[in-house]
Amino acid sequence: MSHDFGPAVALSCRECGARYPLGPSFACQECFGPLEAAYEFGRVTREEIAAGPASIWRYRALLPVPADVATKPNMNPGWTKLVRAGNLGRALGIRSLHVKDDSGNPTHSFKDRVVAIAVEAARTFGFHTLSCSSTGNLAGAVTAAAARAGLDACVFIPANLEEAKIAMARVFGGRLIGIDGTYDEVNRFCSELIGDPLGDKWGFVNVNLRPYYAEGSKTLAYEIAEQLGWRLPEQIVIPIASGSQLTKIDKGFKELIALGLVEDAPYKIFGAQAAGCSPVSAAYKAGHDVVQPVKPDTIAKSLAIGNPADGPYVLDIARRTGGAVEDVTDPEIVAAIKLLASTEGIFAETAGGVTVGVLKKLVESGRLDPEAETVVLNTGDGLKTLDAVAGESSRPTAVIRPSLDAFRAAV
Amino acid sequence: MSVTVRIPTILRTYTGGNAEVGGEGATLRDVLAKLDADYPGIGARILDESGKIRRFVNVYVGEEDVRFAEGLDTPAPQGAQISIIPAVAGG
Repeated sequence: MSHDFGPAVALSCRECGARYPLGPSFACQECFGPLEAAYEFGRVTREEIAAGPASIWRYRALLPVPADVATKPNMNPGWTKLVRAGNLGRALGIRSLHVKDDSGNPTHSFKDRVVAIAVEAARTFGFHTLSCSSTGNLAGAVTAAAARAGLDACVFIPANLEEAKIAMARVFGGRLIGIDGTYDEVNRFCSELIGDPLGDKWGFVNVNLRPYYAEGSKTLAYEIAEQLGWRLPEQIVIPIASGSQLTKIDKGFKELIALGLVEDAPYKIFGAQAAGCSPVSAAYKAGHDVVQPVKPDTIAKSLAIGNPADGPYVLDIARRTGGAVEDVTDPEIVAAIKLLASTEGIFAETAGGVTVGVLKKLVESGRLDPEAETVVLNTGDGLKTLDAVAGESSRPTAVIRPSLDAFRAAV
Repeated sequence: MSVTVRIPTILRTYTGGNAEVGGEGATLRDVLAKLDADYPGIGARILDESGKIRRFVNVYVGEEDVRFAEGLDTPAPQGAQISIIPAVAGG
């Protein structure tokens, strides 16, 4: 059977460049390096893109998907708001600031983008079950997309995840298996399951479908550029879990330049981690080009990957573009969630608190230019991580009798 | 010590398709040397030219990622299961 992946023509090893036919494989047989989709792009114009649907499929000519992808049952994520964040900018002293708010996706996180591409790959390869290892958001994105696509779902999570993320993943049906361990242990388990008959005909979106899945994050770069009027932002702050999203946003920007869709202007990429899981930040600060794994301990569970596979590439990109990698503590994350909410009306999950917290830290320490056009990512919805702002925030500011006198006394 | 070694799909061409093979050695380094003696060429897939574990390979002795232990000098206790796994991450 022929596989139609649109402009994607091969898989290529990011480490050694070895090329392989398009298939459900993810690691180079020579060096174990990660395989990525390689393309032969045709001519792509701004007008063709703008005439496309209000979803990631407007960029289908730049993704490993067939031309008719939008006609098949899919979640159609993307084309989320790029919010001009004047109030937050003023609070932080940044002249031009936007928030790319991916909480507006179908299951309220950026993961819908990557899963949409993986679903198409799973269909193409004839897989019957969609699976993943997840820190939470991905599990919900997978079970929802599987429901729409008519595939079975079986997803694996660390058993101690936020209740809201578990409930959301379960409501779409399928099986949700809690693993007694960290995300890294869940990930390891999934890698072993792939090599076992138990996992035959299963598409693990972030393992054996990863070369396709990961490309979905490029659409964040495309949208930001198009929404800025076909320009690249001068500075962007991106959260780091595995590091995949950050590397793919860089790839997306480079493709836009190569295709002549935007002017070739410099941009700086900053990576954001939680202090309780900051192996990439630690390596950046120490001047290392390898990442020493850590055991995570942070409220930002969606970023709690102690052994980030794309960490070394993140270091390369931060250094190449003149950006940086920084981390913030749990209290700083909570403060940043509240700052974004009270200035812009956007309720971010903990990962969004990490990026806004890091943005604040970078501008205060003079490493981010307050005069340059800046974009910060919010990758998920605060309703999924309510615990982070619970306590005082879960109670009314005052409780009074229903009388004017009581209200007068309270204010 | 006698151990078992779990082989990832992409290295099973060396082990005749076997997902698990027997191994021998006091440390992970010894086990990998013996593995390469039994299945010539497999060692160079796991270790780079300088003899270090490749950047995108994770090796576990039991439940422990050897990067958290003593790397190639991690002891291999009798009956331990050693797993060689390509590094991937999703989130």
